[in-house]
Amino acid sequence: MNDLRFALFVQHECHTCVELIPVFKRLRERLPDLKVYVQDNPACFASVRPLHDETLEVSFRHNIETTPTLIRWAGGKETGRTAGWVRQEWQSLTGIADLGCNLPAFLPGCGSKTRYPGAWERLVATFGEPGLKSRQVQLDPWDDPMEACFERGWSDGLPVVPPTDERILRMLSGADRKPDEIVGLVPPNLSECSVEKVAINAVLAGCKPEYMPVVLAALEAALDPVFTMHGLLCTTYFSGPVIIVNGPIARAIGMNWGINALGQGNRANATIGRALQLIIRNVGGGRPGEMDRATLGGPGKYTFCFAEDETDPTWEPLSVSRGVAPGRSAVTLFQGDGIQGVVDQKSRTPEELAKSLALALTAANHPKLAQAADAILILSPEHYRIFRDAGWDRRRITQELHAALVRPGRDLIAGAHGIGEGISPKRAGELVPKFWEDGLLIVRAGGDAGLFSAICAGWTAGRVRGQTKPVTKEIKEIRP
Amino acid sequence: MNPEVLLRDPTAETAPTQRARLQPPASLAGVTVALLDIGKARGDEYVDKLQELLTARGVSWRRYRKPTNTRTAPLELLQQIARECQAAIIALSD
Repeated sequence: MNDLRFALFVQHECHTCVELIPVFKRLRERLPDLKVYVQDNPACFASVRPLHDETLEVSFRHNIETTPTLIRWAGGKETGRTAGWVRQEWQSLTGIADLGCNLPAFLPGCGSKTRYPGAWERLVATFGEPGLKSRQVQLDPWDDPMEACFERGWSDGLPVVPPTDERILRMLSGADRKPDEIVGLVPPNLSECSVEKVAINAVLAGCKPEYMPVVLAALEAALDPVFTMHGLLCTTYFSGPVIIVNGPIARAIGMNWGINALGQGNRANATIGRALQLIIRNVGGGRPGEMDRATLGGPGKYTFCFAEDETDPTWEPLSVSRGVAPGRSAVTLFQGDGIQGVVDQKSRTPEELAKSLALALTAANHPKLAQAADAILILSPEHYRIFRDAGWDRRRITQELHAALVRPGRDLIAGAHGIGEGISPKRAGELVPKFWEDGLLIVRAGGDAGLFSAICAGWTAGRVRGQTKPVTKEIKEIRP
Repeated sequence: MNPEVLLRDPTAETAPTQRARLQPPASLAGVTVALLDIGKARGDEYVDKLQELLTARGVSWRRYRKPTNTRTAPLELLQQIARECQAAIIALSD
């Protein structure tokens, strides 16, 4: 018995620990090398001369999951451990045959304080090896960390969450990918972006760890060459990446597709879009006034992310229409501007409403431009109901809108109607569609009340067909 | 006071972590220079000398004074300097 050592980890908040105090006293008498570590209130265990593991360092270093836990070492090596109260195990581990005979054979333990929500990552950051490769930035003890982030240029103008190791580790727990895995090269500087850098920027943006799969998918979509993120950043035009989320993950992480879906107030909507923008800014080096040359920009360049309302089974989700299997989660990235509201409170037939929405869509970018950019129509539930009740599905609505969006070229050519802007005079004799046939995306979102829909016009780089396109990527969800 | 705060760099780490200083103006032509006396004993003598040197070179200047050297300059004073000048010399008399 001489080379045996024992350590016991307990906490006052654990009823089993308190009930076992007579057992602990017995151990104290019989096991001279016993160390008793109390995670919270050592006074309660004064009779067994405990040590206070106030910082939880000892519990962390011994990977304690449950209290009470009793560990035995022989010859410097751990030779046994038991958690909770299983009388037979405690008797066997200690060699005290009659230990706790007056107690039930089994009492459940409690979760160790090291496993309280948020504790583990802090302990790893403090006492362990976080395994992060990004360089550390040490602040002056008097610095306000949030101000320090501003001063270093890490912010989009709004406060960011300071990226401490514990927050980054927590964020990484939301991604089933290695921190050093390279997601891609982020424009404009084409800098390598690791999963760790994504997590750091997601922390800055205010994301929760469970948003990470969406942020990663959004970044992958943004880095798809056909999305032309570099050009989208550099353009003098208004556009930035607009993220539309489909599938079960939208509900799982609490995204908003209902009332005020395009507005403020939902953390997932707000921070996922912001995280992507911060990655472009911080990793890619895309800053306004430098490589970002937007004449006016738009509020959507802080963040523009929302989910599609998939609660109506008659509606085919955007992701499914773009080739993702039903029931799978996906992001679609679109190069979009701000929102143009469309009021139609009087159309009662699908034909009327299609013509009405089409008329509003002609204003995208400019009424006299055609095949200049893509657009999203965000169809509200009340407007969709008019189509649905007449049996019109996504395909039919899209088809009817395109049909209503064909206009005589003579009205659109440069100079027509006394307006210099317009399409090539060579097309005066043509019937000209407003959008390419794949250039009108329809998304269903919004509150139940309101005969309003919205148009998000796209980036004018779409004038050269196929040069730049929206991109849909399936989200790699963490599956239990 | 915060305990030691360590953050991780969210950037591609192509620039030093230390904040870059603003580059001094290439020329003082057309620039009004703020001469800020930080409020320490005999600081005014030092600023007087700087004023003489600037005047001799035909550089326009404006004088300012912090109420005390023990605190940072009041915001109003900093904003006034930013409105009225394009460069500043913050003089220390030690």
